[in-house]
Amino acid sequence: MDLTLKIWRQKNAQAKGKMETYPVKDISEDMSFLEMLDVLNEQLINDGKEPVAFDHDCREGICGMCSLYINGQAHGPDREITTCQLHMRSFKNGDTIVIEPWRAAAFPVIKDLVTDRSAFDRIMNAGGFVSVNTSGNTIDANSIPIPKHDADKAFDAATCIGCGACVASCKNASAMLFTSAKVSQLALLPQGKVEAHERVMNMVHQMDEEGFGNCTNTGACEVECPKGISLENIARMNREYLSASLVSE
Amino acid sequence: MSLDAKIPEGPIDKKWINHKNNIRLVNPANKRSIDIIVVGTGLAGGSAAASLAEMGYNVKAFCFQDSPRRAHSIAAQGGINAAKNYQNDGDSTYRLFYDTVKGGDYRSREANVYRLAEVSANIIDQCVAQGVPFAREYGGMLDNRSFGGVQVSRTFYAKGQTGQQLLLGAYSAMSRQIGKGKIKMYNRHEMLDLVMVGGKARGIIARNLETGEIERHSAHAVVIASGGYGNVFFLSTNAMGSNVTASWKIHKKGAYFANPCYTQIHPTCIPVSGDHQSKLTLMSESLRNDGRIWVPKKKEDAEAIRAGKLKPTQLAEEDRDYYLERRYPAFGNLVPRDVASRAAKERCDAGFGVNATGEAVYLDFAAAIQRYGKEAALVHGHDANDKELVTKLGKEAIKAKYGNLFQMYEKIVAQNPYETPMMIYPAVHYTMGGIWVDYNLMTTIPGCYAAGEANFSDHGANRLGASALMQGLADGYFVLPYTIGDYLADDIRTGEISTDLPEFAEAEKEVKDRLSFFINNKGTHSVDHFHKRLGKVMWDKVGMARNAQGLTEAIAEIRQIRDEFWKDVRVPGELNEFNQELEKAGRVADFLELAELFAKDALQREESCGGHFREESQTEEGEAKRDDENFTYVAAWEYTGDPGEAKLHKEELNYENIELKQRSYK
Ligand SMILES: Cc1cc2nc3c(=O)[nH]c(=O)nc-3n(C[C@H](O)[C@H](O)[C@H](O)COP(=O)(O)OP(=O)(O)OC[C@H]3O[C@@H](n4cnc5c(N)ncnc54)[C@H](O)[C@@H]3O)c2cc1C
Ligand code: SF4
Ligand code: FES
Repeated sequence: MDLTLKIWRQKNAQAKGKMETYPVKDISEDMSFLEMLDVLNEQLINDGKEPVAFDHDCREGICGMCSLYINGQAHGPDREITTCQLHMRSFKNGDTIVIEPWRAAAFPVIKDLVTDRSAFDRIMNAGGFVSVNTSGNTIDANSIPIPKHDADKAFDAATCIGCGACVASCKNASAMLFTSAKVSQLALLPQGKVEAHERVMNMVHQMDEEGFGNCTNTGACEVECPKGISLENIARMNREYLSASLVSE
Repeated sequence: MSLDAKIPEGPIDKKWINHKNNIRLVNPANKRSIDIIVVGTGLAGGSAAASLAEMGYNVKAFCFQDSPRRAHSIAAQGGINAAKNYQNDGDSTYRLFYDTVKGGDYRSREANVYRLAEVSANIIDQCVAQGVPFAREYGGMLDNRSFGGVQVSRTFYAKGQTGQQLLLGAYSAMSRQIGKGKIKMYNRHEMLDLVMVGGKARGIIARNLETGEIERHSAHAVVIASGGYGNVFFLSTNAMGSNVTASWKIHKKGAYFANPCYTQIHPTCIPVSGDHQSKLTLMSESLRNDGRIWVPKKKEDAEAIRAGKLKPTQLAEEDRDYYLERRYPAFGNLVPRDVASRAAKERCDAGFGVNATGEAVYLDFAAAIQRYGKEAALVHGHDANDKELVTKLGKEAIKAKYGNLFQMYEKIVAQNPYETPMMIYPAVHYTMGGIWVDYNLMTTIPGCYAAGEANFSDHGANRLGASALMQGLADGYFVLPYTIGDYLADDIRTGEISTDLPEFAEAEKEVKDRLSFFINNKGTHSVDHFHKRLGKVMWDKVGMARNAQGLTEAIAEIRQIRDEFWKDVRVPGELNEFNQELEKAGRVADFLELAELFAKDALQREESCGGHFREESQTEEGEAKRDDENFTYVAAWEYTGDPGEAKLHKEELNYENIELKQRSYK
């Protein structure tokens, strides 16, 4: 199929960016979206132009590196997948595809479609862990049985890949879904309970520091999340936060 | 220099404990004045960085992704082994040790493997304490599954995302130390050279990938945990950025490279669909617990399927050849990876392959769906003869186990694997070869260590499933933090290493010159153009089956591509900016050198062993034939200025606890 791509080009964080138009030809429907961009880049290089910068690594939907706002949707039109898992069979001959970076004050553009998501790391550094050292002398893994239901729920929350689609799709650029996924995972497990109060206070504080917006319950994040992280996590984090605030007062 | 593996004295089950009791320690106050660089934040690097920082060292950690959490370990699917014997099926440290040595086709170091088996149980305890949500049974206890090459259930898992959950565990431990300032994290940084001062590793030169700036970083020891080099084949299951650069740079500075030709070709990957393909996707080996592998028994059926005239589901049971169950009744679909891969290639080469390309075999879940469905029906008191209900329940059970893998498959292939068998074909997956290390994980460069897939260590000529995660975490959590102290005990009075030393300036200049060369070369072909050509030579002549003639040709062709690359590569953009083509150029330049050493190593090893199959060395039934008399050694290569001229050193392998046998899974 032949397509017209409209892509955000921006030389660096300081430069002003703009949309550029590129035609691509003979795209097979078995290609992934990123392979289609590879074709474009090969073409640009051969024409003596600069290829389009975009983040990617695993190309199988797990590392969270790829991003891309495609035709107004984070990770494109398909549900519960990342951009790298999107295949060209979701498009048809003659389509125009608009490709932009994540747009959020807390995720500044580095170049073209690449943004800086280190704010997420800083939220994790503030409390996204259980304070246990590696010693080899922790208790036997089976000494605390964990109900399967809780373990499964914790697992579901833990599958967040930290991609940032939730922030990009939220009109307030809120990071609640991301932050609540980690808070929930650890709140659901006995290992995480000890520090639960401190954790939620610290992580929410850092989230605010980074300039993410407030949550107004629009639910756009859940719809666009490639891993199906549920809004239930935000509700759980709100409860955790409330009870932690009561204790700390 | 002669190779000393520094294996401690004593019986095998006492070596590690004795060694730990006897090595020197660095006291907590002194640790504060010692810096350690860790290159890589995968399971090996992440766990090492966190543990070293907890102990009190100042750690500087590097990764080329935008966050440590994105290291390639995140993609591991199936699980992690540990000799916990929770299933009470006769597992033990010894059995895990034995299986790993046998699985590795008797080409690994006994003492290292025993230690790995010994600390494996601690890994699970540690991860659970960190909040890693492993799969559990209804009673709340941890669940296990089986992997290829073994007859017990010792694999712990978190659905099809085990690597992700383990890495997030290590990342959370790192996050805690980053928050405390004990780890200084350098994201989007790539190590481009090792700096040696007075014969010791004392720092690195790194490029800030965001700004293009070249930086000097010093330390008292450098740990390389940069992963494997499967991408030398261009197409592999590795992440796009996985590369050999860090390992290759230290090799050029004096670290021996061991067994570069030992590559694992994984049997269950999604087949190649066309020339545009940028990477291959693994379908976890755990699927072989429940999937049955087959091809049509008759050639005409295979032809009809390839032409799209026949569907696999239309083929009667007696027209299917479950070739693994046929050839290896004892292990069936769970033979080790190398055996399963070669068997698939054999069937496809003989004309029985499916998919339009003829390069695929089926992995069928129909029987498992019925089996699980019946079980679920009985448990819930339903009619186990109600076919529709049984099928529905069976699909649900399969979904609970492998849901994300099935979804991944459907997205890529656009076929529903609950309804029609999956198609799979072998693909490059893991490199057992890597930087040579002694028992302490130190390379042949004093103060330079290698951990995880980057070292050659524990898997011999073939790695068993779910053992890489185990090894990465064992190295990082439990081995390196002890052994590195023995070396650093001499450095408590050294004080900070200055980056103004001439050695830093020199290494920095070399790095800058090379980068400028790329930008100024203005050739006619992109980096990928050369990488793809290299990959094709590697797959055709240095891939699943190798022979002397092909390898000799490959060496000449690799040299040819390398020459053309340096003359004709085109790297757009500038030095001092975010420039992904420039990053790739450096990595491919190193692959082009490694590839030659790889082929040279395969050529010198005139036996077949594990993943290394020399056509000249096979049994009458076409199984790999080892030559223990002449090849029971680790091939460790010393760089002498040109990969083709590398000098071979042999570390003889002594088996004191396990008797060498021809492997049999029949
Ligand atoms: C698809 C897939 C599935 C797998 N499934 C399993 C499984 O189920 N069980 C199992 O046991 N094993 C599995 N494996 C193997 C296992 O995942 C890897 O061997 C293991 O994770 C490697 O970990 P590592 O820490 O050594 O390296 P990696 O995780 O590859 O990490 C490398 C790190 O080094 C950094 N790096 C590299 N070069 C540089 C440089 N020059 N400068 C700075 N940083 C650098 C990277 O940024 C990264 O942080 C799987 C592998 C693949 C590909
Ligand atoms: S919650 Fe979903 S959208 Fe947000 S970072 Fe995690 S995986 Fe991405
Ligand atoms: S590239 Fe890893 S999730 Fe898309």
